[in-house]
Amino acid sequence: MSSEWPLWEVFIRGQHGLNHRHVGSLHAPDAEMAIHNARDVYTRRNEGVSIWVVRSTDITASVPSEKGPLFDPSNSKVYRHPTFFDVPEEVGHM
Amino acid sequence: MSSAPFPTVDQAALFEFLLRMGDNALILGHRLSEWCGHAPALEEDIALANTALDLIGQTQLWLGLAGEMEGKGRTADNLAYLRDATEFRNVLLVERPNGDFGKTLMRQFLFDAWHLSMLQALRSSADKRIADIAEKAAKEVAYHLDRSRDLVIRLGDGTAESHRRMREALDDLWPYTGELFIGDAADEELAAAGLGPAPESLKAEWDGVVGETLTEATLKKPADGYMQRGGKRGVHTEHMGFILAEMQFLQRAYPGATW
Repeated sequence: MSSEWPLWEVFIRGQHGLNHRHVGSLHAPDAEMAIHNARDVYTRRNEGVSIWVVRSTDITASVPSEKGPLFDPSNSKVYRHPTFFDVPEEVGHM
Repeated sequence: MSSAPFPTVDQAALFEFLLRMGDNALILGHRLSEWCGHAPALEEDIALANTALDLIGQTQLWLGLAGEMEGKGRTADNLAYLRDATEFRNVLLVERPNGDFGKTLMRQFLFDAWHLSMLQALRSSADKRIADIAEKAAKEVAYHLDRSRDLVIRLGDGTAESHRRMREALDDLWPYTGELFIGDAADEELAAAGLGPAPESLKAEWDGVVGETLTEATLKKPADGYMQRGGKRGVHTEHMGFILAEMQFLQRAYPGATW
């Protein structure tokens, strides 16, 4: 039966104001039930304060085999990282 | 636990009431646990098991308080595992067999709608321990009702097959709903002392929630005909013995076994 239901990706926001994080996937006939199921499958131990669900088919992903052209060029460009600024002590941890 | 004296109410009536709350949760929780590994979809399996665990948790609170009040050293475990069928005080509705998934959901919905009204009323109980348990349980049960109500609507207003199954479940279970609203001497004692609501007083709200839901589910609310009763005073159906045989086996065969 579950194979007839579409797949949903579940994102949960934790307790401390962090961003929603991908926690897994599940099957459900529609968005409302996907939220219900996500509550039961992923938040029983007080993991979160907010749930997002999105149809897996609505996610467009980069192609793993294009990893090289997509990401390698940034390796050799240290000037893209803001490591050349002096941060005043008072600012503390950034 | 707290040492506050129990209110001046007939102690037998209070004990009876606590057993009724605890046993309803225990037996329904056990019935739901029978689905573990068998539900039609993994997600539903987990949801039913979660509901069962909520109910078993509530059982520990109600029966724990009953044992404390009784003052004979019986714990929640003693009460759950070492009483015989005639000493159980759950309504007949919760011991009805699971049947198919639709029937389990219909039973859950009819019970949840009553359970939530009951717990909400108990939040203003004159006894703080009762009010505290109700406060905690009401949050869990609000979600149970959300879920069972939603599924009853979806399956009632679903395919011809799901509609037929829900209609049969409703007609089959309806005669077991009346017992939830029939008070007896113990209920009157409790209501008079401000400890809990008179069962009859919950009927109007239940009728409202159930009526609305069934309409949305395109199911016809059955007429209130003859209502089965007996569980509240320990007269159970033939199913009760089988439930206890499975639930109590370990403690009966190996008294005092722990892990």
